Amino acid sequence: MTTPLLEIENLHTFFHTDVGVARAVDGVSFAVGVGETVGVVGESGCGKSVTALSVLRLVRPPGRIEAGSVMRFEGRDLMSLDEREMQHVRGNRIAMVFQEPMTALNPVFTVGDQIGEVARIHAAMSRRESHAKAIEMLKLVGIPAPEQRVDEYPHQLSGGMRQRVVIAMALVMNPALVIADEPTTALDVTIQAQILELLDDLTRRLGTSVLLITHDLGVVAENCARVIVMYAGEVVEEAATTELFARAHHPYTEGLLGAMPRVGGERERLATIPGTVPPPTAWPVGCRFHDRCPYAWERCVAEHPPLYQIGANHVSRCHLADEPERRAHPHPPLAAQRGASAA
Amino acid sequence: MRRYVAGRLLQAAIVILLVTTVTFVLVHLAPGDPIAVALERPGVTESVRQQWRAEFGLDRPIAEQYVRWLGNAARGELGFSFSFRRPVRDVIADALPRTVLLVGLALVLSFAVGIVAAVLQSERPDGPRDRWIGRVLLVLYSMPDFWLALVVLLVFAYRVPLFPPSGIVDPVLHDYLPPGGRALDRLRHLVLPVSTLTLLSTAAIARYQRSALVEVMPSDWMRTALAKGLSWRRAVRRHALRNALLPSITLAGLYLPALAAGSLFVEKVFSWPGMGLVTANAIGARDYPLVTAGVLVTSVAVALGSLVADLAAAIADPRIRVR
Amino acid sequence: MATVAREPPAADRRSPLARLVRDSRTRIALAVLLGVAAAAVFAPLLAPYDPAAQLDIVRLASQPPSAAHPFGTDPFSRDVLSRLLYGSRISLAVGLGAVALAISFGIAVGAVAGFVGGALDAVLMRLVDAALAIPRLLVVILVASLWGTLGLVPLTLLMAGTGWFGVSRLVRAETVALRDREFIVAARALGIPPARLLVRHVLPNVVAPALVAATLGVANVILLEAGLSYLGIGVRPPTASWGAIIQDGASRVADLWWLTLFPGLAILVTVFACNALGDALRDAFDPRQLPRDLVDATFAPEA
Repeated sequence: MTTPLLEIENLHTFFHTDVGVARAVDGVSFAVGVGETVGVVGESGCGKSVTALSVLRLVRPPGRIEAGSVMRFEGRDLMSLDEREMQHVRGNRIAMVFQEPMTALNPVFTVGDQIGEVARIHAAMSRRESHAKAIEMLKLVGIPAPEQRVDEYPHQLSGGMRQRVVIAMALVMNPALVIADEPTTALDVTIQAQILELLDDLTRRLGTSVLLITHDLGVVAENCARVIVMYAGEVVEEAATTELFARAHHPYTEGLLGAMPRVGGERERLATIPGTVPPPTAWPVGCRFHDRCPYAWERCVAEHPPLYQIGANHVSRCHLADEPERRAHPHPPLAAQRGASAA
Repeated sequence: MRRYVAGRLLQAAIVILLVTTVTFVLVHLAPGDPIAVALERPGVTESVRQQWRAEFGLDRPIAEQYVRWLGNAARGELGFSFSFRRPVRDVIADALPRTVLLVGLALVLSFAVGIVAAVLQSERPDGPRDRWIGRVLLVLYSMPDFWLALVVLLVFAYRVPLFPPSGIVDPVLHDYLPPGGRALDRLRHLVLPVSTLTLLSTAAIARYQRSALVEVMPSDWMRTALAKGLSWRRAVRRHALRNALLPSITLAGLYLPALAAGSLFVEKVFSWPGMGLVTANAIGARDYPLVTAGVLVTSVAVALGSLVADLAAAIADPRIRVR
Repeated sequence: MATVAREPPAADRRSPLARLVRDSRTRIALAVLLGVAAAAVFAPLLAPYDPAAQLDIVRLASQPPSAAHPFGTDPFSRDVLSRLLYGSRISLAVGLGAVALAISFGIAVGAVAGFVGGALDAVLMRLVDAALAIPRLLVVILVASLWGTLGLVPLTLLMAGTGWFGVSRLVRAETVALRDREFIVAARALGIPPARLLVRHVLPNVVAPALVAATLGVANVILLEAGLSYLGIGVRPPTASWGAIIQDGASRVADLWWLTLFPGLAILVTVFACNALGDALRDAFDPRQLPRDLVDATFAPEA
């Protein structure tokens, strides 16, 4: 296998607050290959967005990427770059697509200006050149009448169009990697599919790698070759998408799959995972999911599970890999029991 | 946009109506009816006296007097100033442009300085530079206008006589100077009053601008700007500043009253013959028609100024301008 | 509520009071204000001379600072230090009195406008907006000059009468926000008098902003009073007021610098303390304004 485009090893991003250290990202490792689309899935609060911001080194105090974290990109160690070199990476080699197209664009600049700005800072284009570049990008992302739209302000565009603008902005420099953080969550369902298709189509054509962050496994199923499931600041499962959907191992992944509406399948009640993600200042000892897990036993409370290799390219952070027979005896998780007694 | 302009025009009209009403009521409530007192001053000729009586209609019911007075004021008939022995309108016609010059220059300069200070502060909020600039600004903000003017006068006109202490031109030399020298003479006389007024207003503007800047920093578009590869400094100076400037244009309007007040003291200290000095001297001379008119005209000018500022802000904001 | 982001980090969780006490501005401001208050209360004990006494108009007029007169004497041969100490009484009395009155009145007007609503509210708030657009100094000057110099009480009333607009807006907004809440509607239906609702529900919400407005308001009134005295239309002479001392020497500032310098510094320090306290209060009660939190929130996780 060739060297991957992005390699993350042992990433720790902590927020040092007055009420304690929030270990938002707590020892995450994964890789993204050239031209590959990788999904990162998890509930909000599991650390996936902080992981994204960490890659761009945009975490601000009191957040900090801790020593020992390794991020290699195109053969360079991102952690050792100074701020100036890092600015050269951002928007140029690694671009980001944010969740809220409403607010991700600056309301007082035209969209053309904001798209062109990327070319002005990274390719030293003049205003005129960057304006032409912006029109070209708008055309690329399928915005009708780009010569006219380029001089409009964000509030004049619909939500879907704005997200197309954000994507255009990300692709100006033809980056090697696009990190898309919940790119469709804020959009209407019908627009969501269009935007994902557009992103998929463009990055495939340009050979761009994509790190697609989402809480929606449906999005992953259609767009990603490989999935990383995160929970409580850690990777809990990683596998090829088909493998994951066929043989999910971690109970958390099972829960997420159960919470997904099945298209074409019988209309069954959506299973939900009881409880919520614990606060990052106090991750549970042992397995961080034991509280909400229907299989948890004594070992899960006492011993933090490592990432077990359970298939060729399939890992899972669950002791069930060691004691698979336990899966036969599900029980109401602790959180649900507590909820019941509290009610 | 049209609705906004209409609403804003209505508000300006209310302000002007309120100012005129309050002025009228105060003048008529005042003990010993200042108009009557003024009429009895020596040096006022019988013809002027009659003209005033007719003008003010002192024998008419108060409501009618009010309407008449309002009508007169609207036509610029503001009475006769006995301390200047000229119609108030003429006195004000001379003074107003000088104040507009002073206040206009100070407004532009203090916005420039204030914005620079605010940007320097907010590049690292709560950092040492922010704190120190903040402290200096708070000291300036706490200074009595007239006192700063007096200190500037004392230091830069008397102790270290770099600039002339008073007036708009040199009373003796000006007429003998060549054109270039005259311009320089005017400029030299502008320096102290304008810088005093600028210092006074910079504090308020910078304080406001800083909080406006810091307020927009957590916006998603700031994060977008950084993710594009902009430096923090450039993101602040371009993206945050442009957003934070919009409310500041409105601030210019809100700040006009304070600037008008400041200019009154600055003009008095530096004997700058504008609205402020005229009003301040009229107070000393108990020249009530002039005091009243000075207050009235300044208030109306302020109301119109802030109206212009708000309309300018609306035009500058694409969210209001472009629909 | 699982992430650090939702609950903004750090300082937010401390009580406003704790933040206030920890702020160095608070301590400096309180020290200064206590000093000024002490000067005002103990002026008769501290002042070496009678502030209004013309000691020796021939030999002691306009003396620069010396051992006998640390801050010099004025053209009427009065001791500037003594006048300065007594002057703090005027500044504090007018400042505190006017602001107390203005805040009370502003709360009353704002609450009435908010509770009654409708045309009354619309008219009142239009007028308040208009009043806020008129330079306060000019109105004060007009009144003071038309009436001649004012006594302490009328002057205080004048400052109060021109200083309540902002507070009334604030209280009105808070009242309107509460008016349509279910428990208020229910309480009104039960016949609980609006005044009671005001005290129970509205006032606690406006204490903090009103306190900020009050400290900044005191600073403003002290500056206004000094300005009026400087123009010769402040408190009736020979009562010592800081602005009046400056006025006594203003025409000869080049020679009589001590008449400008010392009272000016007194005004500056007092007003600075009020403003600093106001800033500290605002930051303590409204942590959204705390810059550190703001910048952090920008990049907090999982927003």
